[in-house]
Amino acid sequence: MPKLKIEDLDKIVEQQKKTTSLRDGAGRVKITVHMGTCGISAGARKIMAEVMRCVEESGASDIIVTTSGCAGLCSREPMITVEVIEQAPVKYVELDEKKVKKIFDEHVMKGNVVEDYALAIGSERTS
Amino acid sequence: MSATPNKNVEGKSPVREEMGGYRMHLMLCAGTGCVSGGSYKIKDALEHELAKYKLRDEVTVVMTGCNGFCAQGPVMVVQPDEIFYQRLSEKDIPHLVEEHMLKGRPVKKLMYTPPAEKTAVPKMSEIGFFKKQRLLALRNRGLIDPEVIEEYIARDGYKALAKVLTEMKPEEVVQEMIASGLRGRGGGGFPTGVKWKACREAPGEPKYIVCNADEGDPGAYMDRSIIEGDPHSVLEGMAIAAYAIGSSKGYIYIRHEYPLALERLKKAITDAHEYGLLGKNIFDRGFDFDVTIHQGAGAFVCGEETGLIASLEGRVGEPRPKYVFPAEKGLYGKPTVINNVETYVNVPAIIQRGSEWFTTIGTGDVTDNPWGGSKGTKVFSLVGKVHNTGLVEVPMGITLREIIFDIGGGIPNGKKFKAVQTGGPSGGVIPESLLDLPVDFDQLIKVGSMMGSGGMIVMDEDDCMVDIARYFIDFLSSESCGKCTPCREGLTQMSSILNDICEGKAEEGTMELLGELAYTMKDCSLCALGGTAPNPVLSTLRYFRDEYEAHVQDKKCPAGVCKDLITYYIDAEKCNGCMLCARECPQNAIEGERKEPHKIQTDLCIKCGICRDVCNQDAVFVR
Repeated sequence: MPKLKIEDLDKIVEQQKKTTSLRDGAGRVKITVHMGTCGISAGARKIMAEVMRCVEESGASDIIVTTSGCAGLCSREPMITVEVIEQAPVKYVELDEKKVKKIFDEHVMKGNVVEDYALAIGSERTS
Repeated sequence: MSATPNKNVEGKSPVREEMGGYRMHLMLCAGTGCVSGGSYKIKDALEHELAKYKLRDEVTVVMTGCNGFCAQGPVMVVQPDEIFYQRLSEKDIPHLVEEHMLKGRPVKKLMYTPPAEKTAVPKMSEIGFFKKQRLLALRNRGLIDPEVIEEYIARDGYKALAKVLTEMKPEEVVQEMIASGLRGRGGGGFPTGVKWKACREAPGEPKYIVCNADEGDPGAYMDRSIIEGDPHSVLEGMAIAAYAIGSSKGYIYIRHEYPLALERLKKAITDAHEYGLLGKNIFDRGFDFDVTIHQGAGAFVCGEETGLIASLEGRVGEPRPKYVFPAEKGLYGKPTVINNVETYVNVPAIIQRGSEWFTTIGTGDVTDNPWGGSKGTKVFSLVGKVHNTGLVEVPMGITLREIIFDIGGGIPNGKKFKAVQTGGPSGGVIPESLLDLPVDFDQLIKVGSMMGSGGMIVMDEDDCMVDIARYFIDFLSSESCGKCTPCREGLTQMSSILNDICEGKAEEGTMELLGELAYTMKDCSLCALGGTAPNPVLSTLRYFRDEYEAHVQDKKCPAGVCKDLITYYIDAEKCNGCMLCARECPQNAIEGERKEPHKIQTDLCIKCGICRDVCNQDAVFVR
């Protein structure tokens, strides 16, 4: 290992940004892949792999990928929910890898909701 | 644990690591408590199951330092969702991985359910134990892998060192520490900046920096956890202190009983060297600093700074009178700063965020007088008769009630709170009437206890205060170095008087004798060990005099602890004659027919209490 200079500290902070923001739970966008039994059998694992690939490709460090169970609409799996900070979450249905890529490029990166694939905006009431 | 620095943990994909592309981090506690509960077995099980579902590229297991909630160990926090799992065992893992990591359904039955409640609390920040804590010294707890230096740097580690080396003169660092009001966390509460200033101005070269990690109080483990969880913060704090006083050599005096802390510290020193954060010409600013570890052999008195210095020099660990402070004549007769582990880890935080920020936390006013208040936070190890035993960090000025009941979750088994012991063997007990006392250095001394290094032992109605005093005096009596008479003989006499009281042999006037002895020891002992040794006796005498009186005058132990003063009985109305106690009694001292009330033959009874423990009817009682 080379001896560090003061500037190198910031480089390491930058390199580790994904790690720290994930552990602080502080991201700009949260992508939830619905992985109930229905989701998995409909191909949610492939969707997850594609989401992860897109995140890596973009090099962004402020995107959190997480999973949750069945969203209750089993017939329209695989689904993901994209939640940009301080905006209503958007659910996308009947996905494949190509659609994921488009949602990622448009919604996650540029902030434009891809209405063609969206089911609804917002979450169900829980109380 | 890998021995080579900065290699990826076995099995992690290096490419993935470089890109940081895991979607989920399993922050598994690897503090001593959780490790003895099987953390490393759980780690293996997790990795095995993750591999089974081909999730190794998506989910990573990170071994962190002590999470603090030791009562519920082994614990694990799943990020980014902050789901808190507790009391894990290997057999829980297949189900957990399949449900949560693969299918995204957090597993309720492995979450924490607070006592007296029915629903599990999923998120760490919503659990009462964590909610009221404020983390400065433990700022990285559970968030970094202590064995990976990059993770420390990622959370702004070593930036305070960079700041002092580039932007601050040593005098300014000293001034900043004085302004912050930081007081020594090892127990004495001496203002850190004032100590540094005295050392900086003292004539003599070279100067030394010493870190006191000889944590010896029964029940205390703050320093161990800090070193295990965040070793680089200790090194950074020491390096800043070295720069401030003009030293280039540091020693860490650590207990022999802390193998895991030692291992992490060694690795941290090696890694810091490789990155040039220790050694010659750090950050090319012409500042050299190196650290050597010295293992203590386990003498309590070596936690006293002059005793520690003697031991570090290779002599018998005996204190000397402090007419001249170590800041002027310390290690090898040279000016030396000795601070405790927790004190050092506060330093980088103060440098980075400024003394003004630090003084907003805590009590009093330190603007003109460094003794004018207690600033910042304090880490306590909360143990004894309390639900949530563990490591807690709270702002100074919080009340004992908040610590014990809000964070600690109160007393288990429906028992009544009796007292809390703070400050270890040199501290004292504090009764229920003082539960609303704000905790800081000066308040605790006012009520006859002290901050000490931060041990906090909670006691309930089943604890006998005379017996507690006897326990601490016996501990100190065997740990006294014997150099000065008041401590050596005083403790021996005290121990024998307390034994007499507990055995019912004490006569009238015993309590007065104890008090007189205590004040002699306080006034005449050579070091703080002897000077504070009578505190357990004085504080119990002050707050629980009635218990002493019951022992001396009535020959009774109200809490039912002192064996010579109690007799076991069976309540004939409650006993259903199940014969369980009779079978379990090691003395065969219990007689009675099946379905008939039993009776204890008191002449055979050895008062072991097994009958009371096994009785389903709560029929065995003590009088």
